[in-house]
Amino acid sequence: MNQSLIDYTLHLADNALIIGHRNSEWCGHGPVLEQDIAISNIALDFIGQARNFYQYASELSGNNTTEDSLAFLRDVSEFKNVLITELPNGDWAQTTLRQFLFSTYQYYFYQQLQNSTDTRLAAIAAKSLKEVTYHLRWSSEWVIRLGDGTEESKQRLLTAVDELWNFTGELFLPAGYETALLQENMGVDLSIIRQQWNQKVQEVFAEATIQIPEKSWAQQGGKTGIHTEHLGYILAEMQFLQRAYPGAEW
Amino acid sequence: MTIAIQHISPEEKEIWNLLETVTDPEVPVLTILDLGIVRSVELAQLDNHQLKPIITITPTYSGCPAMDVISMNIRMALLQAGYQQMEIKQALSPAWTTDWMSEEGKNKLKAYGIAPPQYKQAVCTPEAFQDEEAIQCPQCNSWNTALVSQFGSTACKALYKCNDCKEPFDYFKCH
Repeated sequence: MNQSLIDYTLHLADNALIIGHRNSEWCGHGPVLEQDIAISNIALDFIGQARNFYQYASELSGNNTTEDSLAFLRDVSEFKNVLITELPNGDWAQTTLRQFLFSTYQYYFYQQLQNSTDTRLAAIAAKSLKEVTYHLRWSSEWVIRLGDGTEESKQRLLTAVDELWNFTGELFLPAGYETALLQENMGVDLSIIRQQWNQKVQEVFAEATIQIPEKSWAQQGGKTGIHTEHLGYILAEMQFLQRAYPGAEW
Repeated sequence: MTIAIQHISPEEKEIWNLLETVTDPEVPVLTILDLGIVRSVELAQLDNHQLKPIITITPTYSGCPAMDVISMNIRMALLQAGYQQMEIKQALSPAWTTDWMSEEGKNKLKAYGIAPPQYKQAVCTPEAFQDEEAIQCPQCNSWNTALVSQFGSTACKALYKCNDCKEPFDYFKCH
């Protein structure tokens, strides 16, 4: 059980760290100052959530594991984030759509996780849920604005839907550690989240005047360490300093 | 009806007084007590009869970078007062809410030019394009203001503008 709990916690930490890192790439490049600040704030919330999960995972792991060693000294195959978080940002439509699809998932996920019998996971979830509520509202508004906007913005959103859709199914396909934790009432039931997610996405897409794609094939692997080529580049950038100068601090 | 009176020892009172001197590095008019992030103060007796304060604080937002600075400043304040050992713990549950901000804190925020959180907690829902909360301009007191962005200069603030005096201002948003 302990290993499943560690893997589960790492999976949540890695999701938050990697999408947080992607969002932070917009810092200084946002389309307007207010939105640059918004996505940087969202990135910061994610890094905070990641730290809370990593701290817990390091306590469970023991052996001098720290939140930093988990973030900076594991390689690609040890990361358990879902693939959608590591995909490149693309344009503003792709970034905000990814945020919407992921925040919807996270919103219902944390809602359930705050009732976990594991009090630490429950506390992190309750704390994070307040932040995700703002993320979901912000990203829903962007999807609606772009979809129901100009011909150009709609086209960009449709392209983004096409790019990202195959990566949404993985969110709801449980890895072994998720099934194990659900049986112990510590983890969440992804089949319930899938229904809630479908309904919310349908509502927002309808308002954005776009269709849910019919294709249902799901690209998967991230939860068990099989990643796209993109994650290696993120880690190369993120981990460079600790790899080149082990133990460096400032 | 019985009224439970919580007695605070003089030693503990001294710790609370010290905490009153520690301010938020990003909103320096607020003490950490105004913010409502100190959850508990305990005193442990050490073998050499000295007291070791154990302070539990809770973060406002998960990624708030001020938390590390606040922990350090608490440590400094206690060291300066002569305490040699101390422990500063973080607790996530129950999650911090702007409801815990003191009335005094809200008044100080407004005087500083930041609109304080609403007295009645606004319902924070993920619904898109919902009606905005009416927020009073801290400069000219007009209620004719508009939301610019839910995300502002720090994690805890939203950006507003006043339609009357035309000044932009920060709003310490409900959480």
